[in-house]
Amino acid sequence: MSEILLKIDGKEVKAREGMTVLEAAQRAGISIPTLCHHEKLEPYGACRLCIVEIDMRGWKKLVVSCLYPVAQDLVVTTKSEKINRIRKMIVELLLAHAPDAFDLQDLAREYGADRDRFEKESSFCIHCGLCVRYCAEVKKKHAVGFVNRGANREISFIPEVASKECWNCKECFPLCPTEALQAAYVLTEALMSHTRQ
Amino acid sequence: MARINSPAELEAFRSNLISGRDPNKTCITLCSGSACHASGSREVAASIEEEIRKQGLEGEVELRRTGCHGFCERGPIIVIRPDDICYFQIKPEDVPEIISETIRQKKIIERLLYTDPITNEKIIQESEIPFYKNQGRLVFGSNVQIDPKSIDDYLALGGYSGLSKALSQMSPEGVLEEVRTSNLRGRGGGGFPTGRKWAESRNAPGDMKYVIVNADEGDPGAYMDRSLLEGNPHSVLEGLIIGAYAIGSTQGYIYVRQEYPLAVQNVNIAIRQAEEYGFLGKNILGSGFDFTIDVHQGAGAFVCGESSALMTALEGKAGEPRPKYIHTAVKGVWDRPSVLNNVETWANVPLIINKGADWFTQYGTEKSKGTKIFSLVGKIANTGLVEVPMGVTLRDIIFKIGGGILGGKKFKAVQTGGPSGGCLPEELLDLEVGFDELSKAGSMMGSGGMIIMDEDTCMVDVARYFLNFLTDESCGKCVPCREGIRQMLKTLTNITQGKGKEGDIELLEQLAEVAGEAALCALGKSAPNPFLSTLKYFRDEYEAHIREKRCPALSCKELISFYIDPTRCQACMTCLRKCPSEAIIGAKRQIHVVDQDKCTKCGTCFEVCPSRFAAVKKISGEPVPPPIPEEARTIVRKSKEK
Amino acid sequence: MDKERIDQIIDKHHSDPSSLIQILLDIQAEHHWLPKEALEQISERLQVPMTRVQHIATFYKAFSLVPKGRHQIHICMGTACHVRGASRVLDTVEGLTGIKPGETDLDLKFSLETVNCLGCCALGPVLEIDGKTHGKMAPVQTADVLKNYD
Ligand SMILES: Cc1cc2nc3c(=O)[nH]c(=O)nc-3n(C[C@H](O)[C@H](O)[C@H](O)COP(=O)(O)O)c2cc1C
Ligand code: SF4
Ligand code: FES
Ligand code: FES
Repeated sequence: MSEILLKIDGKEVKAREGMTVLEAAQRAGISIPTLCHHEKLEPYGACRLCIVEIDMRGWKKLVVSCLYPVAQDLVVTTKSEKINRIRKMIVELLLAHAPDAFDLQDLAREYGADRDRFEKESSFCIHCGLCVRYCAEVKKKHAVGFVNRGANREISFIPEVASKECWNCKECFPLCPTEALQAAYVLTEALMSHTRQ
Repeated sequence: MARINSPAELEAFRSNLISGRDPNKTCITLCSGSACHASGSREVAASIEEEIRKQGLEGEVELRRTGCHGFCERGPIIVIRPDDICYFQIKPEDVPEIISETIRQKKIIERLLYTDPITNEKIIQESEIPFYKNQGRLVFGSNVQIDPKSIDDYLALGGYSGLSKALSQMSPEGVLEEVRTSNLRGRGGGGFPTGRKWAESRNAPGDMKYVIVNADEGDPGAYMDRSLLEGNPHSVLEGLIIGAYAIGSTQGYIYVRQEYPLAVQNVNIAIRQAEEYGFLGKNILGSGFDFTIDVHQGAGAFVCGESSALMTALEGKAGEPRPKYIHTAVKGVWDRPSVLNNVETWANVPLIINKGADWFTQYGTEKSKGTKIFSLVGKIANTGLVEVPMGVTLRDIIFKIGGGILGGKKFKAVQTGGPSGGCLPEELLDLEVGFDELSKAGSMMGSGGMIIMDEDTCMVDVARYFLNFLTDESCGKCVPCREGIRQMLKTLTNITQGKGKEGDIELLEQLAEVAGEAALCALGKSAPNPFLSTLKYFRDEYEAHIREKRCPALSCKELISFYIDPTRCQACMTCLRKCPSEAIIGAKRQIHVVDQDKCTKCGTCFEVCPSRFAAVKKISGEPVPPPIPEEARTIVRKSKEK
Repeated sequence: MDKERIDQIIDKHHSDPSSLIQILLDIQAEHHWLPKEALEQISERLQVPMTRVQHIATFYKAFSLVPKGRHQIHICMGTACHVRGASRVLDTVEGLTGIKPGETDLDLKFSLETVNCLGCCALGPVLEIDGKTHGKMAPVQTADVLKNYD
C-alpha cells in the first residue's frame, strides 16, 4: 500500500491509503475528540464530535475525521473557533440527556460547554450505538438494537436473546460513555418482563 | 400480443395502431388521478358508461380514464374530443345531459364551462384557459391523452421511439453525451447535472450497476411525481431503460411510496406490458441489450428519499443514510454503482433523446434548462399541477396561472423546496424560477412543491411546522440532527405559544449552524432552512411573538383570543349554536359574549358569523376587552328605535 | 394470522432478506398489524437478526405493532393543508375521539394517523376515513363526519 503525506494542524503526517484522517492523527499524536468511534467497529459517524476542516487544494469543507479517508496533500485543521463552537454545542445537547456522564463532563470542561444550557431530559442514552454495534459486529449476538426513529430513537434488548447471552458477556457495559446506566437498566427491565411472561 | 423484436417492427405496429384509431371518433377523456377520485370521478365514470349504454352509443363513443390533468381545483374534468370541449366539476347528475346534448347534438352546456374570473367569459377549450395557456407542458402534457393502463395509448403518441432510437442509432456514449449536452439537472432535489452523474457511474468499476427511480416524494405538500407515475408510467420506464443502456446497467428499481397505491398499481401494470411488448427483458428490440425492473415499495419514511438512505432501504434495512464520502453513483446499492434520479428527471430523458439536446436547451435559462412541474397549492385560487419553462417568474406562476390568492386575500410568501427549502416574500416575486436563483434567495427548487401563503399564515408557525415534521422524520442517528432540531422545535414551539424570550433567536441561529455544518446527511444539513429563510424575510414576526406576545397573522392559538364586538353583534345565535365548546354566552336579543375560559380557539364563531355583521374579532397582543355588563346586553332592534 | 400464510408471503419473496420490508408490508396490508410471533417467524426464515426486524417495524410509519381500530382516520398534515388549518381538524378529532396520532381507542373503534399530502390539496384541509376523502374540513364539518361511524 502506498504512503500518503498530509498535513494535520501544520504537522507533516505519514499515512497509508485507506486510513481515515482520525487514524492518521492519532498515530501522529494529535488528539481529536470522539464519542461513537471504536477501533474494533466499523466507522459510524453519528456523534459528529470528531469534525475537522479539510482543505483540498483550496477547496475547504467540514468533515468527520473518523470517516474521511486520507489523501495526498490534504490539509487538515482539527481546532478552530468554528469547530470548537460546534463541539461545544454537541456536548451541550448530549448533556441534556446524560448530565452526569464523566466523558461528557470532561468534554464540557475542554470546550466550555454549559451543562444546563438545555432543559434536562435524562434518558442517559446518547445513541452512540457502541453497545448495539459491538454486540452485532464483534459478538455477533444481536441482543440489543435500535428502535424507532428521530427524536424517539432508543436502544432495546431482544429479551429472548438477552436472557440467553447477556449475563455471561456484558462486554458492552464498559463501552457506554454514560457509565452503562441505560444499558443496564434496559437490560434488566427486558429480562424481568421476559421472566414474568 | 407478440413481442416486438426490432425498431422496424415497432414502427409497423405503431402505424397499424394509429390507422386503426379513428381521429374523428368521439372520445370522452375523464381525469382519474387521485385528486379527482376524491372529488368523485369514479362515480362520474360509472354514470358515463351507463349513459353511453342507455343512449345506445356503445362503439360510437369511447370513454378514456386518463391521469391527472393538473387543474385539480376544478376536478373532475372531462374533455370531449375531437372538438376539445372541456367541462369542469362534473357530477354524475350532469352526465345524461352531457351525452344527450353535447355528444349527440353538439350543443355546449354553458354552466359546465370554465368562466374566466376576470372577464366572466365562458371558455370552451382547455388550451384557452389561463391556467393552461400560460404553461409549457413538455413532460406532463401527454397525461391528458393517455389511459395509464394502456401501453397502446402511449405508443400511439410516439412512445418508446426514444428507446428505439437510442438502441438502434446511438451508442451508450452517444446517449450519455446527448443527456450531458442537454444540461438536464435533477428534478428531485439539488439539481445535480444528470449527465455527470451517469458518467460517474458508467466509468465506475464493476459489472453490476443499478438505475433507480426515486418516487418516494417526501415533500409533504407536493404530488407531481405521483401524478406523473400514475398518469404516464411508460414515460418514466422509457427514460429508465434509456438511462440503463447509457450507463451499462441491467437491473432497475422503482422505489415508490406505499402511500401511493394507484401509482404502484399503474407502474406494475406498465412494467408487465413493457415486458410483454419486449421493451423490457432480454434482447430489447433486437439490440442485444437486457434490462429488468423491480418495484420496491417505501414503507413511510421521509429520510428514505435521500439517496444513500433509499439505497439502504432497497437492501431491506432501516433507511438510515450512510456516512460515506463516496458518491452512490460509484458505491450505492450493495456497494455497486447506482444511479438514482427523480421521476420527473427520468421522464425528461425520452424527450431529450427523441428531439435532441438542442431542442431541449431552447427552453429555460442559461443554467436551468427545460421545464419544471410544480404543485401549486395552499392559499391559491387555482390549486393544481403546473409545468412551466424554467425562468418564468414566481409572479407569473402565482398570478397568471394560479389566478392569485384565494378569497381575495393578500399574498405573504411562497414556500418552495419542501422541508429543505424556504419561504420567499413579496419583494422576490419577480425572481425567475431556476435552481441557482432559488438557492441564492435562501430557498431551493426541491422537487417542486410551491405552497402559497397569505396574510393569515404565521411565518414562525411555518418554521415550527417544518421542524416538527423533521423531528419525526429524522432517522435519529446523528446528534446535530436528532438533538439539534429537537431543540430548535422546542424553542420555536415556545415562541408560538408566547413563551419566547430574548436570546431565543440567537440560540436558534447557533443550533442552525451546528445542524447545517455538522449533520450527517442532507436532511439535517438543510433542516434549518425553513427557520433561516423566515427569519431573514420576516424577522419582525419573530420579534412580535417574543417581545409583544403577539401573532401578527392572528394565527397562533395561544396568542390570540376571539372576541365579539358588542356594537356589531346582532344576537343571531349562529355562533352560539355552532360553538363546539359551548363557550358562547347569550340568547335571543342578548348580545353574545365569548367565555374566554371555555374557548378552545377553534375559530368556528369567527367563520360562521354572517359577513354582514362581522362581529367576531381575533385579537392578539392586547387584553380582551371586559364583557359588557349583563344589563346592557339586550338588543333593541333598530327598526323599533326609529 | 396463521403461520402458513406468513410462509406463503415469505416464499412469494423467495425468502430474500432484502425483501424484508416488502414482506412486512404484505403482512401489514393483510393483517393490519404485525404480531410479535410473525416478526419472529420472519426473523428465523430469512436468517435476519430480530434487532433488525424490530428496528424496521418501528422505523417505518406504515407498520403497526398493535391491532388497529375498525375505522382508520387519516388527517392530512401536508403543508398545503397545514396553511389551510389542518391543525384545527386534528384538534377536533383528538378532542372527540380522545386519541392522539398513532393511537387506537380502547373500543377499537378509531385509529388515528397523520399523513402527508394525499394529493388532494385543492380540497384541503383533508380528512380520510377508511379510504374515503372528506375535503374542506373545519371543526364543525369534522364533527359531523365522525358521527357517521360506529
Ligand atoms: C431528506 C431528503 C429527502 C429527499 N426526498 C426526495 C424525494 O422524495 N424524491 C426525490 O426525487 N428526491 C428526494 N431527495 C433528493 C435525493 O436525495 C436525490 O438527490 C435525488 O433523488 C436525485 O435525483 P435527481 O438528480 O434526478 O434529482 C431527497 C433528499 C433528502 C436529503
Ligand atoms: S442528518 Fe438526520 S436524517 Fe441525516 S443521518 Fe443525521 S439524524 Fe439521520
Ligand atoms: S467519532 Fe466521528 S462521528 Fe462520532
Ligand atoms: S397537503 Fe393535504 S392533500 Fe396535499
